[in-house]
Amino acid sequence: MRFAFDDQQREFAGAVRELLDGACDPASVRECWTNATGHSAHRWQLLADMGVTGLTVPEGHGGLGMGELDWVLVMEETGRAALPEPIVETVAVAAPMLAEFAPTELAAEWLSRIADGSAIVAVQHQGKPFVVSGGYADLLLLASGNEMHAVPRADVRIVSEQVSVDGARRIVEVDWHKRPATLIAGGEAGYRCINASFDRGALGTAAQLLGLTDRMLSTTVAYVKEREQFGVPIGSFQAVKHHLADALMALEFARPVVYRAAYSLAHGAPHRSRDVSMAKAYASDAATHVAAVALQCHGAIAYTVEYDLHLFMKRAWALAASWGDASWHRQRVAMSVLGPPPSGGNSSRASTPAPSEAAPLGETLA
Amino acid sequence: MDLTWSDTEDTFRANCRTWLEANVPAKPLPSGDTADGFAAHLGWERRLHADRWAVVSWPEEYGGRGASLWEWLIFEEEYYRAGAPQRVTQNGIFLLAPTLFDFGTPEQQARFLPRMAAADDLWCQGWSEPNAGSDLANVRSKAMRDDEAGGWRLTGQKTWTTRGAFCTHMFGLFRTDPASDRHKGLTYFLVPLDTPGVSVRGFGRLDGDQGFAEVFLDDAFVPDDLVLGEVDGGWGVAMATTGSERGLTLRSPGRFMAAAARLVDLYQRYGNGANPTLREAVTQAWMDAEAYQLYTLADVTAIVDGSAVGARSSLNKVWWSELDVRLHEAALGLLGPRGELIDGSPGAVDGGSWMKGYEFALAGPIYAGTNEIQRNVIAERVLGLPRGAR
Repeated sequence: MRFAFDDQQREFAGAVRELLDGACDPASVRECWTNATGHSAHRWQLLADMGVTGLTVPEGHGGLGMGELDWVLVMEETGRAALPEPIVETVAVAAPMLAEFAPTELAAEWLSRIADGSAIVAVQHQGKPFVVSGGYADLLLLASGNEMHAVPRADVRIVSEQVSVDGARRIVEVDWHKRPATLIAGGEAGYRCINASFDRGALGTAAQLLGLTDRMLSTTVAYVKEREQFGVPIGSFQAVKHHLADALMALEFARPVVYRAAYSLAHGAPHRSRDVSMAKAYASDAATHVAAVALQCHGAIAYTVEYDLHLFMKRAWALAASWGDASWHRQRVAMSVLGPPPSGGNSSRASTPAPSEAAPLGETLA
Repeated sequence: MDLTWSDTEDTFRANCRTWLEANVPAKPLPSGDTADGFAAHLGWERRLHADRWAVVSWPEEYGGRGASLWEWLIFEEEYYRAGAPQRVTQNGIFLLAPTLFDFGTPEQQARFLPRMAAADDLWCQGWSEPNAGSDLANVRSKAMRDDEAGGWRLTGQKTWTTRGAFCTHMFGLFRTDPASDRHKGLTYFLVPLDTPGVSVRGFGRLDGDQGFAEVFLDDAFVPDDLVLGEVDGGWGVAMATTGSERGLTLRSPGRFMAAAARLVDLYQRYGNGANPTLREAVTQAWMDAEAYQLYTLADVTAIVDGSAVGARSSLNKVWWSELDVRLHEAALGLLGPRGELIDGSPGAVDGGSWMKGYEFALAGPIYAGTNEIQRNVIAERVLGLPRGAR
């Protein structure tokens, strides 16, 4: 038993943190709210040069061939920085999916491009009408029934551009036609592909939420030590202390749950989907709770767009609801721990299909 | 990262399980917080001790097995999984013993630890006083120096002393420097309750059991060899004990994982037609127990690596105490109108143990330092916020 990361895993995450401290500071996140593309090609290339985009790409395709335990701390850092680009989609979801399920040629073409930074990948998971970063990604991974397809951006039509509360999230609706050449996996393999990808996306997002939560909490702790009212720092008041103690507790108990889910995915544990759902539920709850606490403890200063906190709060809200929100994931844990909900009861949700590990996710994720 | 147990640990677990399955009383013992129940629990403690399961983590010379922290966690998991009786010796073996190991003289260790393990000496805590609860540093009970007799004369009153009426010894803080204030000038004493001048009065708790006591001391003499640690250095010694209490050693995850498993079982028996809110509450309680286990595994890894838990034990205490309340609320929700039925009521489910457990769970956010105090500790010592008015 040893529930800790090894030095290499921690050091790599530390290096990513240093890189993003400079390359993804709040000013550069703001740029992605207003620039034409919504992302920074330069920053993406820096991540590629460090090996981040190729973390999960097999070594034969120019990557590092690493797994969930190696990237979970890295995703946490990308969350802490509120990195706008679809790093979870590209690194946590797309590369492992292509490597495991795609036909050889299709995989070879895109995996090497992911590793060298020349391909950003967006993912639409089943049942979701929208694709985050779909307007600028080079490749879109799109689900249709039990099939997963890889479609170059040139072959999709942007039907609408949505506007997110988080201006750095560029969300589009796409129209596309499946062709045999775009098929990654279908049938039983497609089902496995979609489920594995969903779990990786949920885990990557949970890790980003941990980083966001940590960022919002540390920003707030620093603020309440400085800000004075009644002649003393507001952090000396019990009402403020107790808010922040609860915030820390939410973060510190979500953390090991997320790390365990990474371990379960990395080892193909039978209960891995349940563990991912626990992770996403705790991380989503922690992030939304701490966002509210952070705003409250700052007071009016944080109720502005001039102050940086809103960049992180809004990302937290968006990600808490992405890849299944806390309530959906708790239902999936309930399916595993309690079995199906009783039928014919006085359940007000009786008409809503419950999530199941044995049914396509799209049914319940919309 | 490796979340599997070694072969040695698996064998240890199997041995625990085998022994517990053969020895745990089929019928639950009466509450250990009543006179009769306490006697029954002493019988159980002596059985544990006879087969060296009473204090697994202690060195063999004191009745233990020299078990690692990991093995101790395994023992706790198996203990509560088996539905074994509450540990009426807990305040000695889990709270005083770690302090004795750290601060006791070899003579004190040899004198007290084996008898504590065997449940020959039964220890209760003497922290709180009528005017020193959350504000423990406000202790007024005093110890006057008696040079001629070579010891101290204790006078004052301790209260909320769990199972004090059934115990033989008390450990607690007394003011040895009359001119001192707050944390200074306090000394940690080990007090036999049969010392002349000591009287104990038991009284009922919220659940009706006589589990509380107040202890009156009137010029009670204790010799120098019953001082634990330095004279006037008792605060530091006491904080070592409360650290254990808040954290791991008082309430290991195994206890809550077992309670969560019983809650899931209750859901299967009484959950038919349960509304989605209750279903979610049951799930959340199960998850919270699991999260406590995971948090502990990470914490113990850090301890094994040599880092001190320190004030982070307050996070741990707030978590388990509040999860325990929510878990029992979920159970009572499942029981609906049967939830209020207690032991002796013909319609009570599981002998009314869920309401009893709820009442006990509600003590969790109060004992071992209220959760308000814990949140202050978290904010000030973990987050580094400035101290302020309470």
